[in-house]
Amino acid sequence: MEMQEKVIKIVSDATKVEAGNIKGETNFVDDLNLDSLDMVEMMMKMEEEFGVEIPEDKTEELKTINDVTNFLKSNAN
Amino acid sequence: MTPIYSDLENKIVLVTGASRGIGNSIAKALAAQKAHVVFNYRGDETKAAALKEELEACGASKVSALNFDITDYDKMKESIDAFIKENGNISGLVNNAGISKDQLVMRVKSEDIDSILGVNLKATMMLTNHLSRNFLRAKDVSVVNMSSIVGLMGNVSQSVYAASKAGLIGYTKSFAKELASRNIRCNAVCPGFIATQMTDELSDKAREEYQKSIPMGDFGSSEDVSNLTLFLLSQASRYITGEVIKVDGGLYI
Repeated sequence: MEMQEKVIKIVSDATKVEAGNIKGETNFVDDLNLDSLDMVEMMMKMEEEFGVEIPEDKTEELKTINDVTNFLKSNAN
Repeated sequence: MTPIYSDLENKIVLVTGASRGIGNSIAKALAAQKAHVVFNYRGDETKAAALKEELEACGASKVSALNFDITDYDKMKESIDAFIKENGNISGLVNNAGISKDQLVMRVKSEDIDSILGVNLKATMMLTNHLSRNFLRAKDVSVVNMSSIVGLMGNVSQSVYAASKAGLIGYTKSFAKELASRNIRCNAVCPGFIATQMTDELSDKAREEYQKSIPMGDFGSSEDVSNLTLFLLSQASRYITGEVIKVDGGLYI
């Protein structure tokens, strides 16, 4: 499974939004209505799944699925 | 009389300031409930080993002693993270460590304010905030902050201490509000005059004066405080959060 697909699956499982309705440009706050605490939990799930640490100050910059995928790709071991 | 809270068995609970006084009573009470009691200590291995043995003898399912000073944030984080990696998530926290230095307001020095607020308020917040991610992963989380009746009513010669304990109440309520949706609870306990080594050292006259000011006529015991703390840590209090509860024999009614 491509990394982007995995990211979408995690987001879909957590938000109960169908994976087919989540795209690269989907915005966590505007499109999925996540609040800041939801975002912390979402990033924790990403960290656990991909073994990549996402610094707290970075979280605010990760607004879309593409942002997260790109961050994980460039920081994966 | 102390009830048994079956959900405290094996619950991992960190108690700061467990070496003496109220913190020590709470650690022992948790041990008697068969909890996994975790405490921190500042360097004295012999005393830490003795406390560990004492808590094991009280019935703790496990006792872990972590070597860090709560104001040394890097060491605190390192020690806590290593513990969680090895033992799993901490689901109970008793922020009991605190210091006081009694003096009139005109004699309070800037460094006294820094040290008292630094331990009582900032270190408590740093530790609890650091544990908040772990709390999101844990179940049945309960945080108990040891405030004081002085934080509610003020006291002569304790302006800084009172400010730190009042601050803890604001922190308790904010933390409770912020994480309530995740079933993470946080409450504050405000002990009044509790019989400890400190009250033992009072003169008979001073003791009588203090006792007269308490409607119930006597000092409380550290068990009175630990009994409430056990209740707040247990799921018996599952619908209580952001609350400030006095254990003061009616002193501040």
